[in-house]
Amino acid sequence: MQLAMWTYEGPPHVGAMRIATAMDGLHYVLHAPQGDTYADLLFTMIERQGKRPPVTYTTFQARDLGSDTAHLFQKAAKDAYKRFKPQAVLVGASCTAELLQDDPGGLAASSDLPVPVVPVELPAYQKRENWGASETLLKLARTFAGPNSDGTSDGKSCNLLGPTALGFRHRDDVVELTNLLAALDIEINVTAPLNATPADLARLPQADFNVVMYPEVASATAQWMQRQFGMPFTTVVPIGVGATREFIGEVARLADVDADHLLSSDLSQLPWYSRSVDSNYLTGKRVFVFADATHAIAAARICTEELGFKLVGLGSYSREFSREVREEAERHGLEALITDDHMEVEEAIEALRPELVLGTQMERHIAKRFGIGCAVISSPVHVQDFPARYSPQMGFEGANVIFDTWVHPLTMGLEEHLLTMFREDFEFGSDQVPSHLASEGETRGEEPPASVSANDVIALSWQSDAEQELKKVPFFVRGKARRNTEKFATEQGLSTITLETLYDAKAHFSR
Amino acid sequence: MNVQSSDRVLAHSPAPEPVVIRERGQREVFCGLTAIVWLHRRIQDAFFLIVGSRTCAHLMQSAAGVMIFAEPRFATAIIDDRDLAGLADANEELDRVVNRLLERRPEIKMLFLVGSCPSEVIKLDLSKAAERLSKQFTPDVRILNYSGSGIETTFTQGEDNCLASLVPECPVQSETSPASLLVVGTLADVVEDQFRRLFAEMGIVEVAFLPARTSGDLPALGPNTHFLLAQPFLTETARLLKERGCNHLSAPFPLGEEGTTAWLQAAATAFEISAEVFAQTTEMPRARARRAIAHYRDQLDGKRLFFFPDSQLEPPIARFLAHETGMKLLEVGTPYLNQQLLQPELDLLGNDVILSEGSDVEAQLDRCRQAEPDLVVCGLGLANPLEAEGIATKWSIELVFTPIQGYEQAGDLAELFARPLTRRGKLKV
Repeated sequence: MQLAMWTYEGPPHVGAMRIATAMDGLHYVLHAPQGDTYADLLFTMIERQGKRPPVTYTTFQARDLGSDTAHLFQKAAKDAYKRFKPQAVLVGASCTAELLQDDPGGLAASSDLPVPVVPVELPAYQKRENWGASETLLKLARTFAGPNSDGTSDGKSCNLLGPTALGFRHRDDVVELTNLLAALDIEINVTAPLNATPADLARLPQADFNVVMYPEVASATAQWMQRQFGMPFTTVVPIGVGATREFIGEVARLADVDADHLLSSDLSQLPWYSRSVDSNYLTGKRVFVFADATHAIAAARICTEELGFKLVGLGSYSREFSREVREEAERHGLEALITDDHMEVEEAIEALRPELVLGTQMERHIAKRFGIGCAVISSPVHVQDFPARYSPQMGFEGANVIFDTWVHPLTMGLEEHLLTMFREDFEFGSDQVPSHLASEGETRGEEPPASVSANDVIALSWQSDAEQELKKVPFFVRGKARRNTEKFATEQGLSTITLETLYDAKAHFSR
Repeated sequence: MNVQSSDRVLAHSPAPEPVVIRERGQREVFCGLTAIVWLHRRIQDAFFLIVGSRTCAHLMQSAAGVMIFAEPRFATAIIDDRDLAGLADANEELDRVVNRLLERRPEIKMLFLVGSCPSEVIKLDLSKAAERLSKQFTPDVRILNYSGSGIETTFTQGEDNCLASLVPECPVQSETSPASLLVVGTLADVVEDQFRRLFAEMGIVEVAFLPARTSGDLPALGPNTHFLLAQPFLTETARLLKERGCNHLSAPFPLGEEGTTAWLQAAATAFEISAEVFAQTTEMPRARARRAIAHYRDQLDGKRLFFFPDSQLEPPIARFLAHETGMKLLEVGTPYLNQQLLQPELDLLGNDVILSEGSDVEAQLDRCRQAEPDLVVCGLGLANPLEAEGIATKWSIELVFTPIQGYEQAGDLAELFARPLTRRGKLKV
């Protein structure tokens, strides 16, 4: 039993819903109690979809448990087919129905529906949303994928695998990659699951290779198609300029096309904007990243190689991809935080005092509470992260979007200088929040002095002029300056912190 | 009452009593856990621990507009496969989680263990757990339990079960105590204050509210307690209060000028307040309520309204809209129709209204489209899809999250229904 105030991922049947809702011509019959229909609002409200998810729920109640929930399921499946006439029916159970052991797959199979029935068993007490999406896509591919390509192909066609409903910028990423691949004369055979039908899935093996857009959803399917049909797949996720270039190289090799014209042109503003002198103030900004594995790994690379930030923490809730996240963290000399407990993430952010947090909806709230700038880079997200404008994460345009979104929450260069130089300006005030965070709420109080642990032999005291001087340090690094100075004083065996100690410590820890 | 009970009844018989369509099919409603969203704000020192699955936790954060309160006073103890396989003793695990939680939140004075679909299917006995844990934490924390599961409860029934769990905790009123009034059902703080002032002006001073703002503030109950329901969904709570000897003041619900007046009148009659005093107290606010509603009458008069079932608030709100704004009722859906508690409302609604109880969402959507309503009241899962079809909607969940009871809110209640229509009128794209 695990205590949770908030979860990064929903149950696995929500993952299956994300696949079914992305597709056309597929209907999901879900054995689930009354109340589980809340999941519809994820799609209709958070993603603002104009149609209901193609899901029929049995919505059984206590009085049905004594009689025949199995019959209820069969009736729901038959009624759903009659009303929606899908090409295929996906069947499964939510957490409560799993306990009833009614076997939706068997029941649907014996209902004589005139279309294929695909049962998905998603253990709700072990697995989570992304795993559910991955397993569902794999099951659908295994069911529908037809024979291999007939050999007449010229090697220049691929599938885009992984975009789902409720995905973070999935729709825009598909457009961006489709354009990018078109510029290389590579044709998209099938994009799945987004807007694909079961009949489209039958054509999957006709492509020459697969593009794995989101490994959390698509890796298992791509690996199976490699084993089954000998289809290679891409390993680079094209988020960021560097990764996009590598991705272009990778697909060019797979399709045997010339990519020089794409690689030699300036298709993203990011490299120039980053080199532009006004971006100097971005150098060494301390950034904390927590997201799904795909976006966390991409962000680590963009922060350090493309924006000149300093990565101070990296983590993910995607346990299935913890190895990859750990490896990326090691490259930056960090230990990855792999957890689905948002309180652990909050503790890490509080301890590290970053200047920017890149995370999910939850990190946005944590950062807001600490008065730290934040950009959302990954699911789970809320309604404001489904923007009206075109804003992909992938490809060159994605890199432009990322530059704007990640730099915006930081204090601008000149404002930062003025805040630092004229800290005593009455309008700034020592606790004043930078203007770009003003809408985020109240001014911040200073954090209390670090408590002296029992092991500290010497009790530290601050002289009043040192205390005054400390207030001139910008608020978002003040706590760190205090801790560093106290640590320095303790190491030096000092009991009183003077102005001198403060500046000695500054010199000592200077980065 | 002319009850037509079958899978689907569409015929409208010319009977002298209202038609009730009773359906069983897919329900598009929240489970009772969702009531925690407002209960945890109302009772300021209480914590709600759902014993359930990842789905329960996900529902709460999705339904609650979420994440507004980064550490809210509710959480989920998520059952995992170790608990199910018997590798871990679910009761020991629950004790561990409760201990961790109460260590972290020492300010909590009342803890509700809230049953869910999975905890009920595996027959985890939360009343025993509450008893066991109460012994450990008495007197610092009172630990109670109730069911908010989807197999037992629909949306607002979660509040009913929560309040029902509080009734046995209430002390016994001494036989010599003066008559007291108890208002039952969560109201916004501002509404509670308004009602207190009105009762005081009439001369009713012994007034308590359930739930109160703090968990320790439980009213004494006995034969001298008269209770008014502020919400229509409190079937079980009302039953238990009657068992404790309390006297139910049957009345319409305090929605709109008419409903509020009738509701207050029930209290005034029980406390033998003179007609003169009652008129004096209510005259001004009644006129204010009428004036406020009048602002919206032009927009709403004659507009045709269709209710999907959601909160059980539908019949009283329909009565308000029909009588005080001139809206025409096409179908009034409610998840559960308690005819006894709602009799005063049904009397006001009259015989030509079509009620529906239960749900078969696909059939209801068919009827709704066929009826071509001007406005549809429905849940969040249906609203945008209907809007995309060109049908104006009002989210029903707003009706439980907004102060709508009493005279001063009557205009606000009308405005909630006028707003989607006003908005449509403004938009030229």
